Amino acid sequence: MNKLVKLFTIFISAITLTLASISSSFAKVEGEYIVLGSAISLTGKYSSNGVHTQNGYNMAVERINKMGGVTVGGKSYKFEIIYYDDESNPKRAAQLAERLIKQDGVHYMLGPYSSGLTKAIAPVTEKYKIPMVEANGASRSLFTKGYKYLFAVLSPANQYLEVAIDLAVEKNGGKPVKIAQAFEQDAFSQDVRLGILDAAKRTGSEIIIDDKLPKELNDMAATLAKVKAVKPDVLVVSGHTKGALTAIRQISEMKVDVPMLAMTHCDAAKLSKQHGKKSEYALCASQWHKNLSYKDKFFGSGKKYDKDFKKEFGYAPPYQSAESSAALLVFKDAFERANSFDRDKVRDALKTTEMQTFYGNIKFGPGGQNVAKPMILFQVRCKGDVCENKVVAPTKWASDKFYHPIPKWSERS
Amino acid sequence: MDFLIFKAPMLMVQASLDGILLGILFALIAYGMALQWGVMNIINIAQGDLVILGGYIAYTMYLAGIHPAWGVIVSPIIMYFVGWALYKLVINKVVDRDLFISILATFGIAIVFQQLMNFIFGADVVVAQSEYGTTMLFDNSVTLPNSKIFSAFISVLYAIALVVYMKKSRLGRAIRATAQNARAAKILGVDTEKVYAATFGINAALCGIAGALISITLTLHPYVGLPYTVRSFMIVIVAGLGNLPAVAISGMGLGLFEEFADYILGTEFRIGAVFMLLVFILVYRRFKLSKKREYLK
Repeated sequence: MNKLVKLFTIFISAITLTLASISSSFAKVEGEYIVLGSAISLTGKYSSNGVHTQNGYNMAVERINKMGGVTVGGKSYKFEIIYYDDESNPKRAAQLAERLIKQDGVHYMLGPYSSGLTKAIAPVTEKYKIPMVEANGASRSLFTKGYKYLFAVLSPANQYLEVAIDLAVEKNGGKPVKIAQAFEQDAFSQDVRLGILDAAKRTGSEIIIDDKLPKELNDMAATLAKVKAVKPDVLVVSGHTKGALTAIRQISEMKVDVPMLAMTHCDAAKLSKQHGKKSEYALCASQWHKNLSYKDKFFGSGKKYDKDFKKEFGYAPPYQSAESSAALLVFKDAFERANSFDRDKVRDALKTTEMQTFYGNIKFGPGGQNVAKPMILFQVRCKGDVCENKVVAPTKWASDKFYHPIPKWSERS
Repeated sequence: MDFLIFKAPMLMVQASLDGILLGILFALIAYGMALQWGVMNIINIAQGDLVILGGYIAYTMYLAGIHPAWGVIVSPIIMYFVGWALYKLVINKVVDRDLFISILATFGIAIVFQQLMNFIFGADVVVAQSEYGTTMLFDNSVTLPNSKIFSAFISVLYAIALVVYMKKSRLGRAIRATAQNARAAKILGVDTEKVYAATFGINAALCGIAGALISITLTLHPYVGLPYTVRSFMIVIVAGLGNLPAVAISGMGLGLFEEFADYILGTEFRIGAVFMLLVFILVYRRFKLSKKREYLK
């Protein structure tokens, strides 16, 4: 009996070893394919944004492959991505990153969705010296850890709403403003908060309400009652889609009058669709908008991207998809400039990226964040019952005039 | 700034009303939990997820163009059968086992429900619009969303109906008998199996009502069920089993406590304060009990 067990163990270990050696011979480049890996949230609480991210990646892979692929050493290669579902769980994401690198032999990674999951994966890619271009982790703390292999095509979280404070001050005749703010207690929202604190300091503005919303909270009546009592010049709310939807619901129900309301995640929350006219005049931070005039040869303009994406996937691309597509353009550019599949050469090439994509200019700062692209603000404006997001800041890209102050609820129909 | 609430008396009124209206809604969920805890000795971790499922039923109606308030009638009917089926499939296997097994089983149900809802309805946060408007009091300084008033009203209505049903109807009496002593009830001819299934169904129906109300007052998301489970658990712990007035008062008290904690301690300590209160109450109860305890020496 004992012998049998021993034999069995040997047999199993032999199989495992063979499998392991086979899978490690899976190289970063197989035949004509450059294999990228990504753990992505296809199920769990981030699944909708995870799918947006995946669609963005797939769209770019298909486009680049169709248009000649990546030329390295005079030979043309195609992109291929191995996906694993991380179930929106950071621990799982880190395991899968390890698996992609060690078992599947992936040498280049694409980021997951959300700051939290990117934070979980970054130490792994760093440990194995795997260059990762990520498109959906904006938390500032990702860029202060000294990571050498992490590159983000998006602007860091602290920049999301800084512009809004500048705008409020400008509308106030250059004088400091009174700010009320409510942020969820998570890495991303707290980074947005830090940005506001910086902006307040810079402009001499005063923060009169500074509430931190717990993760479980779906009722912010108390915060809004305070806002009503102290009458700030601007109200800033950031708590992902739940925060945006709760804020608009309760601001409209409690008839809270503020001259300016700035938020994040409006388009992810489909604010203008779900709340309609109640969400009018809300000012929202966004990484990208289709009307911006950036261009590249793969997707043309933002508007063209919007059209092609709609044709392919049947819905308008949120910025999460656009930035994900941009990540692949960055990889292609880096491979071609490195003209090699050596990881460190590719990393060095990534480091010196300076390019324009339909999504915006991309140039990486010392921490790996994109420093070449400003955040934009759009405002929800309604015509009849149809509401749309109009870009209002920064002035260079604005398609519409910023409506300020927000009319009082008693004057709104 | 810290004690803004004491400077502005209107805020006090606002906070109290907000707290009470929300508390009544929580009390309804807690009553369902108390009922099936009392009758079947099961702590239902999936309580909050049943609530959210009920909410999604109302939301689906809203998407189909029906006013979501009708959800308070449709949702409990569907949820009754969901609860009943759940009993037949899972709960009847754990009903007379120890508490730990049933907690594990309902925890499993909670996860399955979350994933199912995520699969069917997507991971987006959604809201249904009631368009009920707002009631303004004291020269517009206190605002009460009519949807919250509506939800408190409906909760009270259903709670009263349930109490009457429990007192008067045959099934109600059977449920109460089973709660008192399941074995004796069985000997006297009560079909306890049927009673258990009905109790679990009624609990799910109550969750359905609460969910429909939440879809028009708060927000829905497949993964926000747990806070409702925790809150109702807390209300039941404070109020005790099978005591509706106590559940109502404890629910409102919890709502009030949360709102005031928000103003005085800050929003970030709101949930923390509630848990501190729970610990305090549990310690206090133990202390009180230990005074009465007699030892055989």
